[in-house]
Amino acid sequence: MNYIPTREEIIADHDNVVYERTCLLTDNPLSYCPGCGHGTAHRLIMEVVEEMNLQADTIGVAPVGCSVLAYDFMNIDMQQAAHGRAPAVATGIKRLMPDKFVFTYQGDGDLAAIGTGETLHACNRGENITIFFVNNGIYGMTGGQMAPTTLPNMKTATSPYGRDVETMGYPLKITELIAMLPGTYFVSRQSVHTPANVRKAKKAIEKAIQYQKLNKGLCFVEIVSNCNSGWKMTPEQSNKWMEENMFPYYPLGDIKVPKEK
Amino acid sequence: MKDIRLMKGNEAIAEGVIRAGCDGYFGYPITPQSEVLEYLMATKTKERTGMITLQAESEIASIHMVYGGAACGKRVMTSSSSPGISLMQEGISFMAGTELPCLLLNVVRGGPGLGTIQPSQSDYFQAVKGGGHGDYKMIVLAPASVQEMYDFAKLGFELAFKHRIQVMVLSDGAIGQMMEKVELDEQIQRLTDAEIKQKYPWATTGKTPDRERNIITSLDLNPVKQEIININLQKKFKHIEQTEVRFERIMCDDAEYLFVAYGSSARICQKAVLLGRERGIKVGLLRPITLFPYPSKELAKLAKQVKGMLSVEMSAGQMVEDVRLSVNGAVPVEHYGRLGGIMPAPDEVLNVLENKFIRLSVNTPRLCLGIKKIL
Ligand SMILES: Cc1ncc(C[n+]2csc(CCOP(=O)(O)OP(=O)(O)O)c2C)c(N)n1
Ligand code: SF4
Ligand SMILES: [Mg+2]
Repeated sequence: MNYIPTREEIIADHDNVVYERTCLLTDNPLSYCPGCGHGTAHRLIMEVVEEMNLQADTIGVAPVGCSVLAYDFMNIDMQQAAHGRAPAVATGIKRLMPDKFVFTYQGDGDLAAIGTGETLHACNRGENITIFFVNNGIYGMTGGQMAPTTLPNMKTATSPYGRDVETMGYPLKITELIAMLPGTYFVSRQSVHTPANVRKAKKAIEKAIQYQKLNKGLCFVEIVSNCNSGWKMTPEQSNKWMEENMFPYYPLGDIKVPKEK
Repeated sequence: MKDIRLMKGNEAIAEGVIRAGCDGYFGYPITPQSEVLEYLMATKTKERTGMITLQAESEIASIHMVYGGAACGKRVMTSSSSPGISLMQEGISFMAGTELPCLLLNVVRGGPGLGTIQPSQSDYFQAVKGGGHGDYKMIVLAPASVQEMYDFAKLGFELAFKHRIQVMVLSDGAIGQMMEKVELDEQIQRLTDAEIKQKYPWATTGKTPDRERNIITSLDLNPVKQEIININLQKKFKHIEQTEVRFERIMCDDAEYLFVAYGSSARICQKAVLLGRERGIKVGLLRPITLFPYPSKELAKLAKQVKGMLSVEMSAGQMVEDVRLSVNGAVPVEHYGRLGGIMPAPDEVLNVLENKFIRLSVNTPRLCLGIKKIL
């Protein structure tokens, strides 16, 4: 009679594994709020770095924001940059280590407020780096204050009656701006809140990493994400709110793709 | 045969960093030091040694590019003048917190604000006492000649990597712009990536299976650990105070009075010493070469010998505080300074010394009234 393995044995048998966590994520428990998109974004980037066998060739730059501790979770060499300065730091690395895969991982306050200058000029110089931009429309880390990307009338700790665009300015579509610059090569906007979106986002991340090797300019992937804590919603509510409010203003898809030859 | 050239101070340090095996320069133009970036661009560093030269969009970007390069174990630098150095303080503090080596040049101009483009020494406090946030020190070298502008490039990188610390060359508009002869030495080869990986195991060179991942960060949210990090930093600064003090004694052996001055002011005082000797005054000059670590012990020794010290600075009185701390009341210490880009003349500082110490001591205070009191 054939031996029928127990459920536990089936799980333990490595041949049966269809999916597992990439070894480029460390065992440190993620410090993100349950339901937050940052963790998924970390996993996807590290998965691609692993699949492309780039661990020894990668230098990452962590920002100031909720993902300041990205270096605790990504099992690669990393530098922590001052608030907004990651693109300058990455420029310094890439210019001196041109054979490495160099990326920054930044929030919307980091990239589109305090670091706008560094971001635009790194893009404009066509630095051969990759920027991963997690846009949650808010300052998550400091407790939910208004970001440059905060939607009109959206309530935050520093716009408690809603963002009044007359006095507080308009949400900044920095990704569209960046796509206009001749120094950028590939610009895409994705999300990671459903399995289908995760698959698309992964494709964009793969391209952004592959293209860096061509030395044709800066590759930029925005991930529109939730901040359920800052938005004061459950994770489920926040994803729904994101679809209904963020996506119309920040539509998903490729914004700039290399011309086929 | 010796390679001797006539160069501006700013050009000399640019040539100095190339020959010291520098890997990268990131900077933004500002008078009176733009010649550094201009010289590096004109000499085509990439073709000459492989060194990268990049004009950044701001001093903020420059210093953070330096951060990124330094964290990879590369020899990197930036240069600027006072307003630009103020902008860099964030990045310098981050480099202090991550113990990253680098060379910084401040060709000081008068402030505050946009001030003037003329030479000044009014950034002493910012350079020596830690201009950015947090408890930290940099090694500060004060060149008094074009030759020293050149020499301190190599010395600066050596000290920076020896102690994993930021080294600032604190120059001024006069030293940066004036021309003197400079003796150049041999080109030092830039380190290869393999050499860097071996020499600087802390550098982010890519995680290989033979080691844990390298992380460059100044953040530790655990206050107990953060205190230990800070205590270790302080130990390093103490060690530097004990081992890296540099100064020059000029006619100090029999001196009864002493000028204390660095950089351009030291050049002026050197002339004043000769002038004083002609007038029969036994005056000497102590020239600090390192402003941190400060030659406090040497000054304390001299305090037992001289009757008075005059700190001469192109500032309202910054270094004089360190002179007073060094001698701890053992001898009268006075300050003389010119501001806003004015440089004092040798006879001017000698007259001040005479008036403050000598004429007073023979009990003729009225003579003082005839002297225009500037500061
Ligand atoms: C110079 C400086 N200014 C302000 C702060 C405080 N601060 C930390 S994180 C942050 C906002 C981060 O928001 P974002 O980039 O959107 O990242 P998120 O937390 O939302 O992922 C601010 C303002 C800081 N650390 N440094
Ligand atoms: S505060 Fe917002 S962005 Fe930060 S971890 Fe929580 S949900 Fe994510
Ligand atoms: Mg945010």
